[in-house]
Amino acid sequence: MNEVSTHPVAHQHTAPTGFIRKYVFSLDHKVIGKQYFGLALVSVFIGMVLSWLLRIHLAYPDYHIPLLSKLSATGAPGGVMTPEYYLSLLTMHGTLMVFFVLTNAPFAAFGNYFLPIQIGAEDMAFPRFNMMSFWTTFAAFVVMMASFFVADGPPISGWTAYAPLSAVGGDAGPGLALGQDLWAISIAIFCIASLLGALNFIATTLDLRARGMSLMRMPYSTWAWFVTSVIALLAFAVLLPACVLLILDRVAGTSFFIPAGLVLSDKLQAHSGGSPLLWQHLFWFFGHPEVYIAILPSIGIIATILPVFTRRPFLGPKALIGSMVAIGFLSYMVWGHHMFVSGMNPFSATIFSIPTLIITIPATIMTLLLTGSLYGARMRFDTPALFCLGFISVFISGGISGFYLAQPSLDTYLHATYFVVAHFHFVMAVASLFGVFAGTYFWFPKMFGRMMNETLGRWHFWLTFLGVYCVFMPMHYLGLVGNVRRYSAFVDDYLAPLIPVHRFITIAALLTGAAQLIFLWNLIWSRFRGPVASENPWEATSLEWSTTSPPPFDNFGGKHPVVNHGPNELGMDGPDGTDFLMQTAPPKNS
Amino acid sequence: MGVDVQDAIHVGQKLGGSGLPPVIKSPRVHNVALNDRPERSETGVWIGIFAIVMTFAALTSAMIVREGVALDWRHFQLPKILYLDTLILLASSWTLETALAKIKESESQFSAGMAWLDVTLALGGIFVVGQVLAWRVLAGQGLYLATNPSSSFFYVFTAAHALHLIGGILGLGYLIYKLSRIKSAANTTGIRATCLYWHFMDGLWLYLFVLLLARM
Amino acid sequence: MGKAFAVLVTLITLVSIAFFFLHTWWLPPNISTTGRAVDHQLEETLIGTGVLFLAGQLMLGWFAWMASGKSKDAPAKRFPGGAASLVVTAILVVGIEILTLTFVGSKAWGAIYLTPAEPGALRVDVQAEQFAFYFRYAGPDGQFGGIHPEKIDDGSGNYFGLDPANDVAARDDIVVGSLVVPVNRPISLTLHSKDVGHSFYVRELRMQQDFVPGLDIPLHFTATQVGKYEIVCTQLCGLGHYNMKAYLEVMSEPDYEQWLKTQAGQ
Repeated sequence: MNEVSTHPVAHQHTAPTGFIRKYVFSLDHKVIGKQYFGLALVSVFIGMVLSWLLRIHLAYPDYHIPLLSKLSATGAPGGVMTPEYYLSLLTMHGTLMVFFVLTNAPFAAFGNYFLPIQIGAEDMAFPRFNMMSFWTTFAAFVVMMASFFVADGPPISGWTAYAPLSAVGGDAGPGLALGQDLWAISIAIFCIASLLGALNFIATTLDLRARGMSLMRMPYSTWAWFVTSVIALLAFAVLLPACVLLILDRVAGTSFFIPAGLVLSDKLQAHSGGSPLLWQHLFWFFGHPEVYIAILPSIGIIATILPVFTRRPFLGPKALIGSMVAIGFLSYMVWGHHMFVSGMNPFSATIFSIPTLIITIPATIMTLLLTGSLYGARMRFDTPALFCLGFISVFISGGISGFYLAQPSLDTYLHATYFVVAHFHFVMAVASLFGVFAGTYFWFPKMFGRMMNETLGRWHFWLTFLGVYCVFMPMHYLGLVGNVRRYSAFVDDYLAPLIPVHRFITIAALLTGAAQLIFLWNLIWSRFRGPVASENPWEATSLEWSTTSPPPFDNFGGKHPVVNHGPNELGMDGPDGTDFLMQTAPPKNS
Repeated sequence: MGVDVQDAIHVGQKLGGSGLPPVIKSPRVHNVALNDRPERSETGVWIGIFAIVMTFAALTSAMIVREGVALDWRHFQLPKILYLDTLILLASSWTLETALAKIKESESQFSAGMAWLDVTLALGGIFVVGQVLAWRVLAGQGLYLATNPSSSFFYVFTAAHALHLIGGILGLGYLIYKLSRIKSAANTTGIRATCLYWHFMDGLWLYLFVLLLARM
Repeated sequence: MGKAFAVLVTLITLVSIAFFFLHTWWLPPNISTTGRAVDHQLEETLIGTGVLFLAGQLMLGWFAWMASGKSKDAPAKRFPGGAASLVVTAILVVGIEILTLTFVGSKAWGAIYLTPAEPGALRVDVQAEQFAFYFRYAGPDGQFGGIHPEKIDDGSGNYFGLDPANDVAARDDIVVGSLVVPVNRPISLTLHSKDVGHSFYVRELRMQQDFVPGLDIPLHFTATQVGKYEIVCTQLCGLGHYNMKAYLEVMSEPDYEQWLKTQAGQ
């Protein structure tokens, strides 16, 4: 006889009714996760289209894009973008991708959906905060997009918004008045949303784990979301005051970041005494942990998915978790490596380079463990598995280029070149996104009750894997030549011979972008027409696979699962002739 | 409860793996207000405290850097009212503890405890008024937000703290509302969380006050 | 699938490495006394990371190959030594690489940024602004005039805001749009910005240094080869960032003296 336990009165027990409560202002973490996923999907397509526009302009500067003049008559008269509009689109590309895609998709979207389920909870610890954090993120998105429609357009100071360019206001150039204000306000709102989200993740992981779900039995994806949310809590708490100070410099006449004696647009600026380097320190103190916020959840997702397809336990769970925690800790010590030639004390450069190089150790450990987990396996090569393999390859590539940039003596040459662009795109745009792809193919059946199309998935993988190497590997060579980044045109003597390489990259980028439409089509088509999924189509072990596809509104149909195993019980003699034990299976000696 | 029993059994069998229904005891999380286990809301406040500490740490280091980087820092006297304000906030922590002791003690003391809660709330409000008065004193001396980096940081720090304290006031108000309806501490959630946050605001103010005294 | 992946990843790896190895797109020749150490550091890093890159990708491809097409009954092997061997390998290999690179690299870095310019170096004042570099020499009196931002007037060529009417030292300052220096002589630059952040980058010197508004930042070098080299801005400074450049002209000593005389005469 099943006992139904008493529930804490923390949230609703009846499924919500009505369209608004079910799909709009929902307290259900699963709906909120899907909302984040949708927002990330919209953001990534906008960000990708922006990258196409940038790449076309670089490779074919005279090419007219008629739609562009419709978007901004001043920014792109006759369909050819002005230098300032190039920088505006560049800024928005980076901002959308880093904040609204890479913080949202692997972390907020999948984390919101699956963290409570993977630990056996009915919902997040604070469902109302959860709903607020999505809608606050959405508000930040709206404010950010509004900058496209103001007179001067979006800001041109990059996603890094260095002062005083970003702080003095309109005298510094186009896009730096209202556009920059909107940017700063949007990011401040985003900080608040992220803080709420991180708080929820941490409280949920600490307090709501089911019986038997010790910390060491949590799936690696949950561990990654947990460590990431601790990083995010501390990092966004620093970016928020930085944005406030920036806004004050812009609108209230303060001088936190603006020194005396600046002459802009022939006007002597009234500010004095501020420090541009202070902005850089505050920003990068957030900014470096931010990139680990972008990559860690994907690492956790890959480590969760890979064993399901190798049909054997992950090699070295404790080492993996230890490495994640080590990276989280070390991520706060390295921010100065973005500032080696910034004018900060050069001795600090040596100091910062040491933890920067040390952080490669846990990253290498994780890569080796992932690769080693393949050894001797009998692998199932479904699409999620392919993206796992692809992840390892691109993570190696992106990580290796980090070795160069971590050394100040090399950074003096490579800083602000395409070498840096290659590095961060490999680890963030490619590796992190491969984790999102793997997660999507893997968890789509659970979220929507239908399988994605395997053929389309394979096409998507092969084209994307080859494509990203064609786009980003050549950028290393450009960097070695000294091709400077954030240039809207290549007019310097030494850059002209590199145009053919840029054309190759542009074409590869357009083709790789087009391949993503396969993924988009697969998502939409499978949502409505995909074959119906069983509860556990991949024969995986974690708790989400022990409930229906999709799960009921309270995840486990009123029950509280009891956990007897870690997620690693794969590749042995399981019940009913299977080769695995789910986490909720009875203990082995029963 | 709205859960179909058949569905529950069905899912329950899935959870059991081999078909054995899971043994359910009371869930890990209690919302009993007064037992030793932290409530969910208290955990949430602890986590929030970490974030708020980071924010003020960032502002503190920004201030230290800014003071050191240029020669334009002008020291000024903190308005005397801030000393009184500090005492008021300290007193409010004391009244809060007194209130809770009475509320938990017995039914007869409950309404006395509620009165003390009201006093705490009022003291919080008076503190904020005191902050505004302090700003007026400075404005009277010609020290505004942008006048000098020292005054800039003064306003930023005190406004940031006041904003967070107002959050605490709203939270305390909500707790008072809940207690006045439920009329029992044992069945009211969020007491420890509210208390923790209030004391943290107090401690944060003490830190800020000393910092401002030393650097302004 | 696994085999296809193995083949593709191997191809990609070999092609990528080939372009690095063949120096198809490469650094320009070094002309700075401190540049050799940087190039040496780069070579070391290329070899070390090249080996890691090759090993990592090939191992991945090999394991993926082996994992495909196996019959269900083949016993699953575990990685020899388990996780522990991998952790130890990572720590040792990466650890040794880190220590070596840090130790050697810090000397290269220190030579450029942690040692002061030689006494008697030729001093040049560099100003970056939206969107040009200007260079100022002290002139025959060996003294730089003071800078007055409120007097800056690009229209009349007073880029630095000098006040020759009242400031004697400013009267013979030479302001030009190119950085002209004699070969094999230590040059000591002082970098300052008129408006926003900029950066000074000369590839052939293997040097880069940001201009920070409000700060005067030193940078010194000795050029060993006559020629004309581009100075480009690498810190996003506004719409003209892509076009902000100047030339470093390294001249023989006699040519430089001649140039200086001509400038001073003007």
